[in-house]
Amino acid sequence: MFVTLLLRDLSLIARSPALWLPVMFFVLAAALFPFAVGPDARLLARIAPGIIWVSALLASLLPVETLLAPDVEDGSIDQLIARGIALELVCAARIMAHWVGFAVPLLAALPAAGVLLGLSADDGTRIAIALALGTPALASLAVVAAALTAGLKGGGALAGLIVLPLALPVLIFGVGSDVAGAFRLLAAASLVALAVSPFAAAAALRPE
Amino acid sequence: MIDNLACRRGGRLLFEAVSAQVAPGGALLLTGPNGAGKSSLLRLLAGLLRAEAGSVSGGGRRAFAGHDVALKPRQSLGAELDYWARLDGGRDRLQGALAAMNLAGLVDVPCRHLSSGQKRRAAIARVIAAGAECWLLDEPTAGLDAASAGLLAAAMGQHRAAGGLIVAAVHGDIGLADAATLRLG
Repeated sequence: MFVTLLLRDLSLIARSPALWLPVMFFVLAAALFPFAVGPDARLLARIAPGIIWVSALLASLLPVETLLAPDVEDGSIDQLIARGIALELVCAARIMAHWVGFAVPLLAALPAAGVLLGLSADDGTRIAIALALGTPALASLAVVAAALTAGLKGGGALAGLIVLPLALPVLIFGVGSDVAGAFRLLAAASLVALAVSPFAAAAALRPE
Repeated sequence: MIDNLACRRGGRLLFEAVSAQVAPGGALLLTGPNGAGKSSLLRLLAGLLRAEAGSVSGGGRRAFAGHDVALKPRQSLGAELDYWARLDGGRDRLQGALAAMNLAGLVDVPCRHLSSGQKRRAAIARVIAAGAECWLLDEPTAGLDAASAGLLAAAMGQHRAAGGLIVAAVHGDIGLADAATLRLG
């Protein structure tokens, strides 16, 4: 069941016109900062983790309006409920699919962003590990926000307001991942978000 | 089996003390003016709404076809119906369901190119392929041409002959013989 739901979500993402949007946004942001801040390599390398994390966070929110709202509008969620399929399972599959859809391409684009920002290989590897550990939390939060705002007008903007405060711990541990224990806190944040989010999103989607 | 059901939407009491019973092979038509709560009663039976009072019991597995067809515009019709049939564990029934609604020639067509009548036929084919005991149909003939309505009537007859139940919200005749009628509003 879970595999069927996940494969379906992945095939929808693969056909979505917004497939390349998050990763394009990520690379563009990384490419623009050197022009905006100036060619000071040391300064760029120092703020690079922050730039990368903020870009990753915003990239995770780009497709938020298409994560669940179309399924609510076209009756797909109704069909799933009528079949007695647990919405928690549906949301867990959606989180995983969203993670594959935005975080995996983002990790693949990270070397390019690292070169643009003048990151050393060591720092780049550290950020890659931090991103791999922290992006599941971002994907979870995006799906919860998508569930809360599905069916609302201008839901995307509202979703941003919902996610940003909740994503702060991930952002802080992610950017400060050179401190001892930050990886563990980051992984812990992701695990908590992954464990709680399917239930929160399902509760938001369930009919009154 | 519907027992003493009441439904409230947006603070407004739509109906109360609604009771009905459908035997295996039977059919129940929900009639009444617009806004009387026909669709709400169907959504309640499908588990999409919570009842204010009363209960629904029996009937086995239910398959629901509402106003929303739940087809993704970029996916082909075949892929869409195959996905739902997979969830229902009814992929072996899918070919029969497609043939029953005369959709076999459209499986490769992306859903965005389908007409509303074709989408409606696809939603009915999904109900057939679900293999559920109880069909919940919300105005199933809306947008169907005469030939398709005939196909639907034949499919419903087959379902009832096999001991299945049908509950349908209707305006006018949809080709269900000796069906009980429940008037709302």
